[in-house]
Amino acid sequence: MILSAIAFYVFAAIIIASAVLVVSARNPVHSVFFLILAFFNAAGIFVLAGAEFLAMILVIVYVGAVAVLFMFVVMMLDINFVRLREGFLQYLPVGALVGIILLIELVFIVTTQVNVPEVLAISGAPTPNISEVTNTHALGRLIYTRYIYLFQAGGLILLVAMIGAIVLTLRERPGVRKQRISDQVGRSRSDSIEIKKVSPGNGI
Amino acid sequence: MDDLLREYLPIMIFIGLVVVLGVVFIAASFFAVEQHPDAEKLSTYECGFEPFEDTRSRFDVRFYLVALLFIIFDLEVAFLFPWAVTLGDTGVFGFWSMFIFLGVLTVGFVYEWKKGALEWE
Amino acid sequence: MPQAPVPDILPALPEIWLAVAAMLLLMVGAFRGNASTRMVSWLAVVAVAIAFVLVLSGSKETGTTFAGMFVVDSFSTFAKELILVGTAATLVMSMDYIRREGMERFEFPVLILLATIGMMMMVSANDLISLYVGIELQSLALYVIAAFKRDTLKSTEAGLKYFVLGALSSGMLLYGASLIYGFTGSTNFEAIGALYTQAGQEPSIGLIVGLVFLISGLAFKVSAVPFHMWTPDVYEGASTPATAFFAIAPKVAAMTLLVRVLIAPFFGAVDDWQQIITLIAILSMGYGAFAALRQANIKRLMAYSSIGHMGFALVGLAAGTEQGVQSVLIYLLIYLVMNIGAFAAILTMRVKGQMVEGIDDLAGLGRNNPMLALVLAILFFSLAGIPPLAGFFGKFYVFLAAIDAQLYTLAVLGVLSSVVGAYYYLRIIKVMYFDEPAESFERPIGREMTLILGASTLFTAFFVVFPGPFLAWTQQAAAALLP
Repeated sequence: MILSAIAFYVFAAIIIASAVLVVSARNPVHSVFFLILAFFNAAGIFVLAGAEFLAMILVIVYVGAVAVLFMFVVMMLDINFVRLREGFLQYLPVGALVGIILLIELVFIVTTQVNVPEVLAISGAPTPNISEVTNTHALGRLIYTRYIYLFQAGGLILLVAMIGAIVLTLRERPGVRKQRISDQVGRSRSDSIEIKKVSPGNGI
Repeated sequence: MDDLLREYLPIMIFIGLVVVLGVVFIAASFFAVEQHPDAEKLSTYECGFEPFEDTRSRFDVRFYLVALLFIIFDLEVAFLFPWAVTLGDTGVFGFWSMFIFLGVLTVGFVYEWKKGALEWE
Repeated sequence: MPQAPVPDILPALPEIWLAVAAMLLLMVGAFRGNASTRMVSWLAVVAVAIAFVLVLSGSKETGTTFAGMFVVDSFSTFAKELILVGTAATLVMSMDYIRREGMERFEFPVLILLATIGMMMMVSANDLISLYVGIELQSLALYVIAAFKRDTLKSTEAGLKYFVLGALSSGMLLYGASLIYGFTGSTNFEAIGALYTQAGQEPSIGLIVGLVFLISGLAFKVSAVPFHMWTPDVYEGASTPATAFFAIAPKVAAMTLLVRVLIAPFFGAVDDWQQIITLIAILSMGYGAFAALRQANIKRLMAYSSIGHMGFALVGLAAGTEQGVQSVLIYLLIYLVMNIGAFAAILTMRVKGQMVEGIDDLAGLGRNNPMLALVLAILFFSLAGIPPLAGFFGKFYVFLAAIDAQLYTLAVLGVLSSVVGAYYYLRIIKVMYFDEPAESFERPIGREMTLILGASTLFTAFFVVFPGPFLAWTQQAAAALLP
């Protein structure tokens, strides 16, 4: 138990430190690396909380895809990052103020923790015992049946994302010759070869 | 709960080992080797010339389109894991539930294909 | 492990139908190319009409399905009908515009349909998760619609701005929702509502903080001050049919969602949220009235006007009574019709093949095109709230509800800002009738436009004669919501 407590504090400390570095790093590429570090440690906290599936999805989707896309954007875009950061110190007090207000609210909340068991009883699917059912099983039993509404709505959101990406970025370049495989395959001998009778000595 | 975490103990030990080794190697090279820091050692080398332009340049938006479409399908696949594991529990309803989801995304895929978003000119 | 029962999909039939229709139309477009845009648009209108019939013929009883996540009652039915009318009107209005402006791509009507599904899900949300999913589906489609005219800088900027600020508001909403979940142990509206009735508890600070964040996120979606900054820029930058859509359907959806969230689960905390709603209502009415005074662009003006109108609608919500909810619904109905008419008129502002959107361009419309000027005058008088037009009744019921709930300061401030607001609407009428004529607009404006303009103007002008059915209808809807 003590080991998991230590692990929690280590993970949490690294997340906070790397989150600060994401904002303050001078080089945007380093920022993305710190973001990846934060994601990894968040995955660690998910594991500590018993949410293994979420931890693995975080690593696969966020570290494997989203962060790589960020990296791609940061490395390839022609943006002057020094100029982009010029207003940083100017806006710092406002940002810090908002952060402090949030922190104070959180402190308030922590000191007034109330749990209402009656409400827990009315709603929600029962949480299975983690030693009997794995995390992935527990999720799988609910997502596709009990929560089918949200699942299908998620599908529609992905569809909108797909349409949006294509609508906003796809351009057809004029004058590009594409390979049309069906035309190539569908070509018959009569289209390409013409047989002429050539009588000797006359030419064509 | 503890049993679950115990399964991850080897990974924890492994991560700890990696961190220690990494620190040791960097520290060793820092202390054991003679250091002659020089700004030129860190500057860009471009056949003896000063670099002509910035490393970053404008890129075709097409690359991002491919990356975005990849992420969408990556998320779709993430939903397949728990489904595959629990198909025995959720039965016919769970099976068709996933097929409707896949159907929606197949519509998106057909749309992509017909629009030529997957072609590289 | 027993298998989960298959949920009853009948209550969600309109949404499912629209989703199927949107995908079918996407396929039609994908196979037939952009030349089919007009056909896809008309088919989308037909799909919306069928959805309207499905909503209308659905069960009148309050019922939930999908594990309590989706609710259908008179309130959601009423809101969905408004949304579908707004969507159909936008689709019809946009057809000519997108062809003329060279943005004729079949994705436009499809995205509008998908956004409509999101709005209907918002209206029927009975759970914090389904609320969020509905909002995201709606917003994502709207971001794309805002940036749809991607070759112009303004439209791209509008889309980007909307996206960044929308993501921020979604973040606030999620933060609030997670706090509420943490302090009640449930995301279901009924279960959260039961916290106040069964357990009989005072709401804890954590719950209130969560509620405040939730309200902030939703206030962004209805563009109430102080979460309004995106509205003028997005309205101005987006293409005009997109702006019309933003001003009509999503406003209705977000406002009815806000009403449901505050009344259904949080009715017990009415003393806590009443102050917040009162404050943002006052700020929105005041800001909407004063900031609009100096606008020269009519789309920007409509943005400030919509901020102000949302403030008036919030006055009814602030009352926190059944009468208050009813007045919000009446207000939304009248707002929807007036805005459809106003944007139809803006879409006819075309000089020599170019769209114009300056208020000066309306100069002398009274002489150039007396019919259009008359229609616009009726609509703007109504927006200003001058009796006996429909806009007056919207404001009347809202203020009545506020006075009955003893919110006298709010009612007085509302009337005052309505007087200030009347000035800028009247200024447009003055420009139309008394200024030197500018270039006259192109004619004819098309049969569909004439129909939409005529219908909305007739409704606005003659609401006074037949308010009965609408009052009964909204009464029933409001009664369904209150415990």
